[in-house]
Amino acid sequence: MTGTSSEHHDPAVAFESAKLGVWTFLATEVLLFGALFTAYTIFRMKYPELFRVEHAKLDRVLGAVNTVVLITSSFTVVLGVDAIRRGKTRLLEAYFGATILLAAVFLCVKYVEYAAKFHHGLYPGTNLFFSLYFMMTGLHGAHVLLGMAVLTYVLVLSRRGRLSENYYTPVEMSGLYWHFVDLVWIYLFPLLYLVG
Amino acid sequence: MAHGTGTSRRTYIAVFAALLLLTVITVLVSYVDLGLGNVAVAMLIASVKASLVALFFMHLKSEDRLVWGFALVPIAFLALIIFGTLVDTMLR
Repeated sequence: MTGTSSEHHDPAVAFESAKLGVWTFLATEVLLFGALFTAYTIFRMKYPELFRVEHAKLDRVLGAVNTVVLITSSFTVVLGVDAIRRGKTRLLEAYFGATILLAAVFLCVKYVEYAAKFHHGLYPGTNLFFSLYFMMTGLHGAHVLLGMAVLTYVLVLSRRGRLSENYYTPVEMSGLYWHFVDLVWIYLFPLLYLVG
Repeated sequence: MAHGTGTSRRTYIAVFAALLLLTVITVLVSYVDLGLGNVAVAMLIASVKASLVALFFMHLKSEDRLVWGFALVPIAFLALIIFGTLVDTMLR
């Protein structure tokens, strides 16, 4: 690259670069989860009866509740991004705080579900369906946890007065990641709870 | 920074409502036995929901071709991986 230093410090260029960076990261994430979705597809076709019987042991009401929780958390993120674009840092903090809270609710519901499965003797090693269930929701849960950390970091940046309508790259980028976490669940929910 | 997306809060609310509605529909449909149709309907609804999130919440709608490429290429690869693995395992 032969760009002058002024090009490197052009905020618009920096913003676009950051955005492509996040999309690149998300591409690797698609393939990470993709390997598990591939395993799911293959085994479901090989053992349709096992999947049909075992998926009925999941609580689809709790799954649906968590779907609503995550969709709502995506909505609050998008409102937070909208708020900072208008320079409203307090509003951003309120929306991102709500998102972190919703993420915590999601993980609590997940905990209740896992506990119930363990109570009924259903473990990751019980059978192929539950191996996939725990692996996929576990990896997704780790992403929710990481998302909470990232959103908290953005919240701290805002509290310290580092964000404004002129600089909100971290808000936008954390938002993209959070929506991706929502996207994965949008597929996990029907595949595991509804049509297994 | 000059990169407003032009997406209004009204649009966000409409998308949010659509996502909730589609969630209710997909849960209700799962109680009806359609055989393999259940999978087709569930995946179709999930894909509509995913598209709504990507287009409006992730602002793909107002992105240029480069970002679209970054978003679509991994999905094409995933389709290839699933297809290739299926062919390999099912035809053995």
